[in-house]
Amino acid sequence: MGKKSLGIYALLYMFFLYAPVLLIPIFSFNTSTIVSFPIENLTMQWYKNLLKETALHDALQNSLRVGVTAALASTLLGMLAARAITNYNFFGRVPITATIMSPLVLPEIIVGISLLISLQQLGLNLSLFTVALGHILLCLPFATVILRSSFEGLDKNLEHAAQDLGETPLWVFWRVTLPLMLPGVLASLLITFTISLDEFLVAFFLAGNDPTLPVYIWSQLRFIAKLPNILALGSLVLLFSFLLLWGAYLLRCHAEKRMQVIR
Amino acid sequence: MGRIFVAMSRGKANAGNKVKKTHTMPQHTPIIRVDRVSKRYGDFHALDNVCLDVQRGEFFSLLGPSGCGKTSLLSCIAGLIEPSEGKIFIDEQDMTGVPANLRPSNMVFQNYAIFPHLNVIDNIGFGLRAHHLDKDEYGRRIGEALAMVGLEGYERRRPQELSGGQKQRVALARALVLRPKVLLLDEPLSALDKKLREQMHVELRRLQIQVGITFILVTHDQEEALTMSDRIAVMFEGKVAQIATPQEVYDRPVDLRVADFIGGMNFLNARLIKISAQSLRVDIPAFGEVELVHPENFVPDSNYITLGMRPEHMSLLLDTSLPVERAVQAKVVNVTYYGDMTYYYMGIDGIDTPVVVTMRNTAGRRILSIGERASVGWSPSALRPLS
Repeated sequence: MGKKSLGIYALLYMFFLYAPVLLIPIFSFNTSTIVSFPIENLTMQWYKNLLKETALHDALQNSLRVGVTAALASTLLGMLAARAITNYNFFGRVPITATIMSPLVLPEIIVGISLLISLQQLGLNLSLFTVALGHILLCLPFATVILRSSFEGLDKNLEHAAQDLGETPLWVFWRVTLPLMLPGVLASLLITFTISLDEFLVAFFLAGNDPTLPVYIWSQLRFIAKLPNILALGSLVLLFSFLLLWGAYLLRCHAEKRMQVIR
Repeated sequence: MGRIFVAMSRGKANAGNKVKKTHTMPQHTPIIRVDRVSKRYGDFHALDNVCLDVQRGEFFSLLGPSGCGKTSLLSCIAGLIEPSEGKIFIDEQDMTGVPANLRPSNMVFQNYAIFPHLNVIDNIGFGLRAHHLDKDEYGRRIGEALAMVGLEGYERRRPQELSGGQKQRVALARALVLRPKVLLLDEPLSALDKKLREQMHVELRRLQIQVGITFILVTHDQEEALTMSDRIAVMFEGKVAQIATPQEVYDRPVDLRVADFIGGMNFLNARLIKISAQSLRVDIPAFGEVELVHPENFVPDSNYITLGMRPEHMSLLLDTSLPVERAVQAKVVNVTYYGDMTYYYMGIDGIDTPVVVTMRNTAGRRILSIGERASVGWSPSALRPLS
């Protein structure tokens, strides 16, 4: 196999993976409500319509509130978990790590159903709070992985030096550990926020009367006439998610460079 | 926890005036006492019943091969690791259970551990921040520290912009600015090139005399230990083999390992003929019979003993200018030329391994080549029985 055929393979691969996604922004500018080629005429109408949908604004607000809560909580918990896993060799370290990581491989629908059953058994009403709980569970493995690599890249001697210079462990964390892993923390916040923002299944099961953005989109798909609006909304969500993840990627690159400085 | 720490909420007890006191009122108690300290990791003994005292104002070195426990001992003194057994006293205060941040010691780490997110003065001022000094005092102390290590003008530099030698200076200033009772140095020069390292030997020693603080240096480099230290503790496998001045360690090593580790040494096998409290009479193949002083603590375990003789205590009889007591015939097996010195490996009939003889390359002195024959001059007083 030559380089050329590998290149063609890569192009085809990318095409099949991303072409369907690219159709959404393309059709979002189409005047016709029917999603098919050829494009009749270009319009910004569907984007303007979004400004008038109050139900959409509520859903967006719900999503942002859940996203911020889930990102902050999962990053905080992930930091504690990552610190424990990298620094200490305690009893049950491996099974505990596996448990934290398990939402990555569990089918989301099972997670959604089991959370729904458990929360109802506990007598909790479905609300944005329960959605946030579900999202924290789903985001925690990502936060843990990202922050674990941050902790592992940290020179232990820097913390030793800070302690030796007179700082208590908490101040050492605040003045040395946290600033050095700040890019990792920001990356974790961005990625977990993005995951929460885009997550549908668990939100669908746990949302109650307050739909998040993906749940709102799902509900609108029943109305053919609303489809172009959804395409416009979908395009914006795509763009936003891409920007967030790109930002997270840049931060991680920066973090790695920063760790390598003093060797 | 010691009484002196009571007033401290955050930061160390080593505030300025304490050090001055040790200058004006000489005290004869050791600044550091390591009392039967052991550190075990499972079955491995990193430190095995180590006892030593370090005197005030001393430049003390812990010397040994890697894995001998010297860094573990330093970390125990700093409080970064806790001994499995035994106690460490700093200035007569028991340090058991006192965390590193409350100990009156500061450390210069092997790779300097400069904080990469802080510039030079924020690195140096890191420990001062914990003391809540007022702004003037803070600035004054940092200025002093910068001047001490010759880093004026580098205040705002980031660590990434510093050379290895400059990072080393920042690490030194960052520790000394706190005026610790003891400065701990963990192989501080190992990352520098040879020229800079030799320059730092002189400078570290000058600095230590200037500030009058006790330095404890961990090193595997015998030259470093010999040139800088007041006293050296030679360590092997978690145990202290010898504590003595550099000259004593070099001239009167307590055993074979110390003799072998420090400097070059020829080992000769000899047969004991007569032994008394004052003297030993031995027969050395090819060298003949000699009478030696019986060193203290030397107890031969059989009729055959090992004698050590430094290469520079022997000479090749190239001209008649060198005074000799005795001579033995030999043949050049190998030659290593160092510019100022030449190392000759001399084959002697009746001895298995060649004897190393070093010669200073004084003006006009000829360098012998492999295969040439020469007499090796030696003196019985240079022989030292080793166990």
